[in-house]
Amino acid sequence: MKTKSRSRTVLAASVAITTFAAACSGAGAGGGDDEGTVTIATVANPQMQDIEKLTSVFEKEHPGIEVKFVTLPENELRDKVTQDIATQSGQFDVVTIGTYETPIWAENGWLTSLDEYASDPAYDVDDLLPPVREALSFEDRLYAVPFYGESSFLMYRKDLFTKAGLEMPAQPTWHQVAGFAEKLHDPKNKVAGICLRGLPGWGEVLAPLNSMILTFGGQWYDENWHAQLTSPETTHAVKFYVDLVRKYGEAGAPNSGFSECLTATGQGNAAMWYDATVGASSLEDEKTSKVAGKMGYVPAPTVKTDHAGWLWAWSLAIPETSQQKDSAWEFVKWATSKEYHKLVGEKLGWTRVPPGARASTYETPEYQQAASAFAEPTLNAIQNVDVHQPGLHEQPWIGVQYVSIPEFQDLGTRVSQEISAAIAGQQSVDEALAKAQRMAEETAKQGGYQGN
Amino acid sequence: MSTVIAPSWRRVRPGTVVTGALAWAAALVLFFPVLWMFVTGFKQEAQASTDPPTWLFTPTLEQFQAILGRNFTPYLLNSLMATVGSTVLVILLATPAAYALSLAPVARWKDALFFFISTRMMPPVAIILPLYIIANNIGMLDNITMLSLIYTVMNLPIAVWMIRSFLLELPKEVLEAARVDGAGFGTEIRRIILPMIAPGLAATALICFIFAWNEFFFAVSMTATNAPTVPVFLTGFVTSEGLFLARLSAAATMAALPVILAGWVAQKWLVRGLSLGAVK
Repeated sequence: MKTKSRSRTVLAASVAITTFAAACSGAGAGGGDDEGTVTIATVANPQMQDIEKLTSVFEKEHPGIEVKFVTLPENELRDKVTQDIATQSGQFDVVTIGTYETPIWAENGWLTSLDEYASDPAYDVDDLLPPVREALSFEDRLYAVPFYGESSFLMYRKDLFTKAGLEMPAQPTWHQVAGFAEKLHDPKNKVAGICLRGLPGWGEVLAPLNSMILTFGGQWYDENWHAQLTSPETTHAVKFYVDLVRKYGEAGAPNSGFSECLTATGQGNAAMWYDATVGASSLEDEKTSKVAGKMGYVPAPTVKTDHAGWLWAWSLAIPETSQQKDSAWEFVKWATSKEYHKLVGEKLGWTRVPPGARASTYETPEYQQAASAFAEPTLNAIQNVDVHQPGLHEQPWIGVQYVSIPEFQDLGTRVSQEISAAIAGQQSVDEALAKAQRMAEETAKQGGYQGN
Repeated sequence: MSTVIAPSWRRVRPGTVVTGALAWAAALVLFFPVLWMFVTGFKQEAQASTDPPTWLFTPTLEQFQAILGRNFTPYLLNSLMATVGSTVLVILLATPAAYALSLAPVARWKDALFFFISTRMMPPVAIILPLYIIANNIGMLDNITMLSLIYTVMNLPIAVWMIRSFLLELPKEVLEAARVDGAGFGTEIRRIILPMIAPGLAATALICFIFAWNEFFFAVSMTATNAPTVPVFLTGFVTSEGLFLARLSAAATMAALPVILAGWVAQKWLVRGLSLGAVK
């Protein structure tokens, strides 16, 4: 009795475990990692979702290649791809990275140089917008190609400006913008003078703030990697930004990032918004925006520099660990080609064509017409960016609204938290910058930048 | 075993009314976000992010259709495999372990008990890199069996502690009476102990099910194309460019359905199990 029931229990348990193990071969969000499968890690942005929809066209043209997507929000994607590449797991054949990662990862030897692939005349690599191409190169070799690019500009409500008898200059200064914000700030009617990001994160509040620091003549580091966050110019810029958003900015500014400002502006709760040029295509979409057709677009406000826009491009790169580099390039080539832009225009609508990547896009009559409100301001903003020296001073890295060193993700996040706390009124700008300066100096010392 | 006594209105006192009202208020406050998520799933994107919130609108199934168009099924199957698999395994392993730590305590059982719970003290992020490298080396990255094993290990300590508390509540007299009547070890387990702690086992299983179903960190770190689960699918709607609240709410509603269903099925047992009155 005893032994019998015990053995029966064991039997039941082992049956259960076997069934469980058999059931666990994995459902697969698309299949296995067999030959000819290209696995792509992408950010969950609308443009990327479009490409997922159109991939069947690519697969039809390339019968031997099956494409699978891993779609994640920006931060999760960055963590995941870094983890994969740094541990040489080789799960991804194509990764979506930005202008910040590309030179760093190229220096680490993580990315495949695309020069040879891209020299294919059919690809027309010279059609890629020059500032974007430069930002995606390391030591004159191209390591990623842009899927879509953005700069920053000032978006404003033409109707509110007319109503208040104000006129937006073709190239506003920050002081003019602050004056407009003061006049248009109307909390009773839920309209903020200006929407500016205050959310912590190096890709959130620091993007507009750093472009402002540069045009005020400030900088993060001088050419010898000495931190400059408490210099008079930087301090002036940060005080200006924090004052502006505290006085005439949106409610809940310390928690507002791109998405929150897009919602606020799109729902008519902001008179101006300084942010990424890609915001315009959402604001002009009548399905989700109440301000479509009412918006005007002018270049990023300046102070001491001629131009002040930032530069970012979500780009496709092929990790060195990929076993399918040729197939991967076939996909990358297709996704960043003129043909793909045409396909998006015809199948999904011309406003959904990836902006800021190819000059030819801006010469397409259908695109010019569909995106007439923002196409030219976007192109001009991107073309005016100098990624080597965006501010008044020389800088020892390539990039505008970030410092292209691996440590910046951590440093930038910590500094952004101090800035956000200043926007929330928990500390003064001087206090925030004193802490930021110490962190930045320590980072440069520990990273061995100052010694070289 | 006595049955749960339903509150009877004859014994209502003013104090009960107040606590009852408070309980209802608390329940509504806790439930509101879930309700709001459910409602938001039927809105258009623009309606989902208005200030003030939109209360009246024409419901649309647009968001749900869009989600089904994005190949939801594999994620659902992966989640079911990882969750059901790990829950079954946890109960199978935790029940004997709990027995050996309560009714028939092994030597140094207190240390063993503490060792179990101590594994939960280290934050998952501290072990993710070694885990990732090991999984990569043994070829188990992006594999649903690996994920199930991780969830088993993750839930085992809680299950052992919970089941142990149910076992400790068993009246000694019942077990002694069974032994006097000549019940062997197997009979004692199958005929006496298991039926008595069944509500407790159901409650434990449901909690393990919920934890595994909602787990995100390991799922996002350890999977790519073959084994991603529903929470990973959900984040695919979080974009830094454009509105996504309505679609995300619709997706979250669909993701919550299996757990709600499991909870509903287990409801009868749960009330007894969770109120720890299982065997009294």
